[in-house]
Amino acid sequence: MNRIILRSLAICLLLPTMGLFAHDHNGMGVHEYQLKNGLKILVKEDHRAPVVASEIWYRVGSSYEPGGLTGISHVLEHMMFKGTKKYGSGEFSEIISKLGGRENAFTSYDYTGYFQLLERSHLETSFKLEADRMRNLLLTEEEFKKEIEVVKEERRLRTEDNPSALTYERFVAAAYVSSPYHQPIIGWMDDLNHLTIQDIELWYDQWYAPNNATLVVVGDVQPEQVFKLAKKYFGRIKSRELPAIKPQREVPPIGERRIKVRVPAKVPILMMGYQVPVLTTAEKEWEPYALTVLAAVLDGGASARLAKELIRGEQIAASAGAGYNIAARMNSLFMFDAVPAPGKTVAEVEDAIQQQIVRLQKEPVSPAELARIKAQVRAEDVYQQDSIYYQARLLGSLDSVGLDYRLIDSYADRIEQVTAEQVRQVAVKYLVSERLTSAILEPISLSTQTNKKDKS
Amino acid sequence: MSRNQLNLMRRLITLICLVFSGQIFALAAIEEWRTSNGMKVLFVAAPELPMVDFRMVFHAGSSRDGERLGLSLMTSALIADGTEKLTADEVAQGFESLGAEFYSSADRDSAVVGLRSLTDAKLLKPSIALTQQLLSAPAFPQSGFARVRQQTLVAIQAKQQSPAAIAGIELMSALYPDHPYGLPKEGTEETLMALSPVELKNFYHRYYVAKNGVLAIVGNLTSQEAQQFAQQLADSLQSGQAASPIAAPIPVSSAQEIHVDFPSTQTHIFVAQLGMAMNDPDYFPLYVGNHVLGGGGFISRLMEEVRSKRGLSYSVYSYFQPMQQTGPFLVGLQTKNNQVEEAKEAVETTLSKFLTEGPKQEELEASKQNITGGFPLRLDSNRKIVDYLAQIAFYQLPLDYLETFNEKVEAVTIADVKRAFRRLDVNKMLTVTVGGKQ
Repeated sequence: MNRIILRSLAICLLLPTMGLFAHDHNGMGVHEYQLKNGLKILVKEDHRAPVVASEIWYRVGSSYEPGGLTGISHVLEHMMFKGTKKYGSGEFSEIISKLGGRENAFTSYDYTGYFQLLERSHLETSFKLEADRMRNLLLTEEEFKKEIEVVKEERRLRTEDNPSALTYERFVAAAYVSSPYHQPIIGWMDDLNHLTIQDIELWYDQWYAPNNATLVVVGDVQPEQVFKLAKKYFGRIKSRELPAIKPQREVPPIGERRIKVRVPAKVPILMMGYQVPVLTTAEKEWEPYALTVLAAVLDGGASARLAKELIRGEQIAASAGAGYNIAARMNSLFMFDAVPAPGKTVAEVEDAIQQQIVRLQKEPVSPAELARIKAQVRAEDVYQQDSIYYQARLLGSLDSVGLDYRLIDSYADRIEQVTAEQVRQVAVKYLVSERLTSAILEPISLSTQTNKKDKS
Repeated sequence: MSRNQLNLMRRLITLICLVFSGQIFALAAIEEWRTSNGMKVLFVAAPELPMVDFRMVFHAGSSRDGERLGLSLMTSALIADGTEKLTADEVAQGFESLGAEFYSSADRDSAVVGLRSLTDAKLLKPSIALTQQLLSAPAFPQSGFARVRQQTLVAIQAKQQSPAAIAGIELMSALYPDHPYGLPKEGTEETLMALSPVELKNFYHRYYVAKNGVLAIVGNLTSQEAQQFAQQLADSLQSGQAASPIAAPIPVSSAQEIHVDFPSTQTHIFVAQLGMAMNDPDYFPLYVGNHVLGGGGFISRLMEEVRSKRGLSYSVYSYFQPMQQTGPFLVGLQTKNNQVEEAKEAVETTLSKFLTEGPKQEELEASKQNITGGFPLRLDSNRKIVDYLAQIAFYQLPLDYLETFNEKVEAVTIADVKRAFRRLDVNKMLTVTVGGKQ
């Protein structure tokens, strides 16, 4: 169950709106170490409660997968709970459970992560177990045969039987032509059907190495002690030569793409995505920040434009949102999604969104809107420190896409420096039809029939 | 992938589940008092971060709808939609330009109104003032009413395309045939079209009153400050009267099977019966016992039998949902259509073995260790602490609830679990399946 919620979080993190960063003007207070074998360690103290979040992040995810092997990173994540030479299948979970711990894992486009939340004195057990399964995983045909069926059930649950998720999957596949972001994290069903235990073994050997991982610890700990413990358990593992990563950059956009998804459903949906740079790829460093502000102007709360104009004002949309993920390994999408209000059409909603885009391209956003966004960024700064889990997730997700966690420190300032003219400029440059992919869910008739009987 | 669905549901209507898996907390010190107009307040000082959470919980859930289904949720959804003097736009702009987060939501038992703010006085004071304005005179304007009704209609449609949601609706309806818990919280198209803004206003002024609610506060305030803000918030409400208790549901006396043909690749399966109320004397035996059966994640029996051994389902679990009155006990899972019988059999066997034999000693110990050892994790953020405070206050749990939680878990024996679980009868279970042809 948990694994469900957590994995959808990983997916959310790729399309955040405003609140991605927990910035702290006094410095994040992160201690950074590196073992000789290449394992990076990030430690942040938070002494509010006697607990610790321990996470290990591997720089491998669905965007690393070649054709035919889609979903393999996620299947491997499942298999990581199936035992090592030392511990039996499921024993990892049993040990953590007996310590009162909570644990889970998540797979995303750019990373795979494993975490435990524990009372602070149990950090050593977490390291002992994670170091063990970084190298000694026992991959058996018997366990694989059962677990691959679990993953297929997961795909049916999340995607096949969920019209909006299915639309999103096809939308993403259309929006990215050559970029591996084209592939679903959970993998195509046909690829899952043909995956073998040998494929998994090879994948594990290629990517699970200390020099391809970062250990993140946040909580009631002393950084030097964390470092010593990490050295004790992970220090023995040898580094490996990692596969060369091809750039696989998205081809330049040359014209609008539109797709339709027709499945049994009740509620039509519109999704629109514009190809945009992110922090790791932007030629002009300010542009991703301006795109972030642009997303917040549209969808940074109930006073933002989409809620104010499309949902409340014109009452044309039952829901409408915009989002941009500043932190990814490769170019990403500036996203819109909307559901028409009853009696309105997808075309009307699309027109209304286009009018909002034109307005952003013509008129500078108001000082009041920029002030609102700054106030929210400052407040989020504090609110996000309420969760040690979130703080660890933030550090790990930045590091895993190749960003320096220190940018958290400057994030609020960078957002505040964005001008109305810069917001207008990115709207003019990027929210253009050449860069656009849209998807429409057109529901086809869905009929159900209910039978009831009393058993006796 | 599920992001769009999640966003969609979130925006369509704020439905909040007050489903707390456990209840517990062990805090520094909970301060308790009543405002002069009769609102109970619980406060915990958390000086580490410059922020504060206020959460009011009222006996104003959908169980109070009567025949006007949808009334409670519509009322909740429209609280922030303006006052006699301020438009919805001005309210939203007001909170967000202060970096504050205002929210409202409703479920079957309760309705929640909350505010999260920084404690810098320049931000907090105007946030409180704006909340006071809203609570004292929400406008329930016709235009907002029409909009939220439309959004609710879309939310109802969205449920009709989800086999899990349909199964949930069928389950509650069959478990509670003559009880408000069995009725749809959002209402139906028919009942929504019959509602009017004035009914929402009346509902608000009847149930969103000081004596019918509680207030939980966690944050960087002194006791004096907390008392002052609590008084200000409560003063924006009428004193009013506590609502009368919801009637107890009558258990269904025979086994029932409901199947909904639905064009999905999986069938969603629920096996259910009435479970327990929040104040049940057997709360701990049931909670700990269920941890062994299907509440303990990867170490639970159901997970072992259905997922780990047989690979039949991605998610499989059981839980008691304690409510004001007896809430449901249920087992849930999903499997591809041609495996339904196999999955049902695995669940029935596991359940009936557990009811007959109870947990093994080592299983009980493992569950206790997880629950008690994980206690600090229940209280490691202001958000979690305010969740617990609100729950303790609303359900009138003892103030030492958190402090004594671990002892009560430790005290549970195999015999306690077996005795408490006798309320479940495998021969009288409700089984709901929603899915495609097998």
